Amino acid sequence: MTITLTVNGQEKVHMITPGAMLVDVLRSAGYTEVKKGCDTGSCGVCTVLLDGLPILSCSYLAAKADGHEITTIRGLEKEAAEFSEFLVGEGADQCGFCSPGLALTVMAMKKELKAPSDEEIKHYLAGNLCRCSGYEGQLRAIKKYLEACRG
Amino acid sequence: MDKHFNEVGKARPKIDGKGLVTGRPAYTDDLACGDALVVKIIRSPHAHARIVSVDMSDAQKVSGFVLALSSKDVKRIPFTRAGQGHPEPSPHDKFILDEYVRYVGDEVAIVAAIDEESAAEAARLVKVEYEVLDAVLDFEEAMDNPTVIHPEPEIHDMFPIGFEPKRNIAAAYAMEIGDVEKVLEASEVRIKASYHTQAQAHVALEPHTAYTYLDLHGRLNVITSTQNPFHTRRLLGQALDMPLRNIRIQKPRIGGGFGAKQHLHVEPYAALVTLKTGKPAKVVLSRKEVFEATFSRHQMRIDVGIGATRDGHIRAIDMHVLSNTGAYGEHALTVFMVGGSKTLPLYNKVEAVRFGGQIVYTNKVPAGAYRGYGAIQGNFALESAIDELAAKLGMDPVELRKKNMIAEGQTSEVFKIMGEGGEGVEMIVESCKLDYCVKRGCRLIDWLPSRLAYEVAPGRIRAKGMAIAMQGSGIPLIDMGSANLELQDDGFFKLHMGATDLGTGSDTILAQIAAEELGVDSDDIIVYASDTDHTPYDVGAYASSTTYVSGNAVIRAAQNMKKELCAAAAAKFSVDTDQVEFDGKELRTKDGSRTITLKELSFDVLYHDGLNMKTINASGSFSGEKSPPPYMAGFVEVEIDVETGKVDVLDYVAVVDCGTPINPQLARIQVEGGLLQGIGMALYEDVQYTENGHLRTNNLMHYKIPSREDVKKLTVEFAESYEPSGPFGAKSVGEIGIDTPLAAIANAIYNATGARIRELPLTPPKVLAAIREAAQS
Ligand code: FES
Ligand code: FES
Repeated sequence: MTITLTVNGQEKVHMITPGAMLVDVLRSAGYTEVKKGCDTGSCGVCTVLLDGLPILSCSYLAAKADGHEITTIRGLEKEAAEFSEFLVGEGADQCGFCSPGLALTVMAMKKELKAPSDEEIKHYLAGNLCRCSGYEGQLRAIKKYLEACRG
Repeated sequence: MDKHFNEVGKARPKIDGKGLVTGRPAYTDDLACGDALVVKIIRSPHAHARIVSVDMSDAQKVSGFVLALSSKDVKRIPFTRAGQGHPEPSPHDKFILDEYVRYVGDEVAIVAAIDEESAAEAARLVKVEYEVLDAVLDFEEAMDNPTVIHPEPEIHDMFPIGFEPKRNIAAAYAMEIGDVEKVLEASEVRIKASYHTQAQAHVALEPHTAYTYLDLHGRLNVITSTQNPFHTRRLLGQALDMPLRNIRIQKPRIGGGFGAKQHLHVEPYAALVTLKTGKPAKVVLSRKEVFEATFSRHQMRIDVGIGATRDGHIRAIDMHVLSNTGAYGEHALTVFMVGGSKTLPLYNKVEAVRFGGQIVYTNKVPAGAYRGYGAIQGNFALESAIDELAAKLGMDPVELRKKNMIAEGQTSEVFKIMGEGGEGVEMIVESCKLDYCVKRGCRLIDWLPSRLAYEVAPGRIRAKGMAIAMQGSGIPLIDMGSANLELQDDGFFKLHMGATDLGTGSDTILAQIAAEELGVDSDDIIVYASDTDHTPYDVGAYASSTTYVSGNAVIRAAQNMKKELCAAAAAKFSVDTDQVEFDGKELRTKDGSRTITLKELSFDVLYHDGLNMKTINASGSFSGEKSPPPYMAGFVEVEIDVETGKVDVLDYVAVVDCGTPINPQLARIQVEGGLLQGIGMALYEDVQYTENGHLRTNNLMHYKIPSREDVKKLTVEFAESYEPSGPFGAKSVGEIGIDTPLAAIANAIYNATGARIRELPLTPPKVLAAIREAAQS
């Protein structure tokens, strides 16, 4: 079957098998910035924004995304670069495999939550696992980033 | 000692950080070409079986099918998947494809097809008939079990490691200093207890991936998520019976390692397909496969005996270990030995010490290298036992440790006797700030021996516990790293190294080290690493070696580069080389009469000097004659719900002596990351099986790793310390963070409730049962 996706502002028709998951369709279409770390919606590295809201693309049927707007981290390159300054500044970007998914979820959180507490930040991002950093450095980076965005 | 640094000790951002966050193609699967054949591995559903037949006829009908291979199509060569020095201290007991399967997930056959769907479909249609055999699942019953897991005649060890496959023993070892029985007997106070540590899964977020193709010379190119490209080349060549010159291994960015990728799990299968078809091929494991068919941590039972005087002088330590290596013996002996060699020297004032045991085969997921590498298991047992001793003596556990622990300028006979798989090396500990770490940790956690536990609400107890730890820095006299530096026009340098950055930032750290030694900015160092065709040899990233071993190699290369630069300038100035100085920007004669900038020199030697034009390069190699241990004191504050047995970590304080932290931010993250993996293992991470040997925890829903909500706070500080043999005073920091949480948390639970739990993980049911039992006695 075919579906139409607008990925990072570009509309394209994709040939898919009916049961295909969005992450696989995106990766084979060349959007390799979307990572895959599990197949059970448990790790968050496959996060993309669907119409602006974060979803786990490994457990989202590609067919369901037909006609929707998808944003990957490369669609938010400027914001991601800004955020990366803070993450890298804390040394909290280790293997980096979780980083694109984390960055996207932070973008979404920034829109959704006003001046979140540490607990709220942790809760919002709980689905984004990281095995390298121990999370503390990420939290330091996220707080400084949010602070800087508030100006 | 010169402690004024320009580049070292600075929080330089990781050079690849921005690219990774913004999602540039970086990992193996991102780099694989679109038309790479997709390889799927058919895996055993049985814990132990003989393959009677493999029928590929239906699979071959799938459109897009390209190739299927079973053991009949592959040369039968025993090899080891363990990435270790040569000869490997692991038995050669694995075949790429074999007639027997020895655990659920073992490789049976492979198929290759033009895309994911057809490969998956073809794999589904491969029909395998098995003769199911009895399985050995309990490692305490493995030795001399009537079921022999490895009866095949051609398997062997590379040198004596106590390998007795007929008895299901992959390796064995024993050592004794003094007469342990006698000293224990003569000791006023004795402790004797058995501790159990479970298998733990690494869960690097990027699943194991390899991509292979033939280049225009027909050479096999392997892009792979590996921790040790050079070992991979050697092992792959052996397994495929290929000359090493025909293989090139490249490591791109890798999505986490922790020891998981110190082995060959995927490379042979992609390579086979490429060699047979001439086409590019790739293997990307699913998460389920990563759990079921790569490695986990060795499960162990550790029996500890300690003898001490009534005033707390530890006289003898006895440690006997039974380790479960699963179906294959990778790292069997070495992980086991580290359990003693990196714990026993902590208490170096003993009169007698003994360490020994067996590493046995079972029909379970094989065990391999994992951060902490045996030290973490040994640490749980020893540091729990030390607290048991303190309780028996009625002493503050901190005081007991202070009295007995190793200090700067001291040694331990264990260093010399036990290495990794053989003898060790003699070593005086030239840097050890353990005393400071303990003192500072007490301050940070507010350690009051009389108030280690108190009730905060009915049924909720806050409590503190602690443990100390040591690790090593590389494997002395076995592991080696090298680096090449080359001057480029405009005065910057290429740094080529075999060292393997797993995401820890070692590329950045090694560039800082080169820049420091040369006196230039780290921006002027361009790093290219981990490509067996283009970078010099390096053992790879394991055994906490990169900063120490590869770092020292980089220093040597930089020192040689300075000599070359001075020689080139001296030739220009027509003076002797020793008359020229270099400060990172300029080369000048000592009398100051002639100067040339590095930039000018670089253009001169490459463009302007006619017959004297040349490339200025220099290299350096390093292998350690010692393995200076980093040390750490770990303190935890937990809150225990005595109604449910749930334990929450409120704060974990780590004070670490890793010598000079080359890059403090990155060093801190290493410790924080290690702590959290240790806390996960302490509290709930557990590889569990069904009765017939199926992995119950084969996805991230059932195997839980810590999320960011699981720990309230981590507090990490570094001691001021300087290791004379290290690059700018540095020791390693990659593993040490993971070691203490197991014992520290168990000790805190004891302090809170009087319940001593000797079996990990410390799950609520176990804690609750122990609390109830303690209340009764
Ligand atoms: S890959 Fe989607 S949540 Fe793990
Ligand atoms: S940085 Fe490796 S998983 Fe987060």
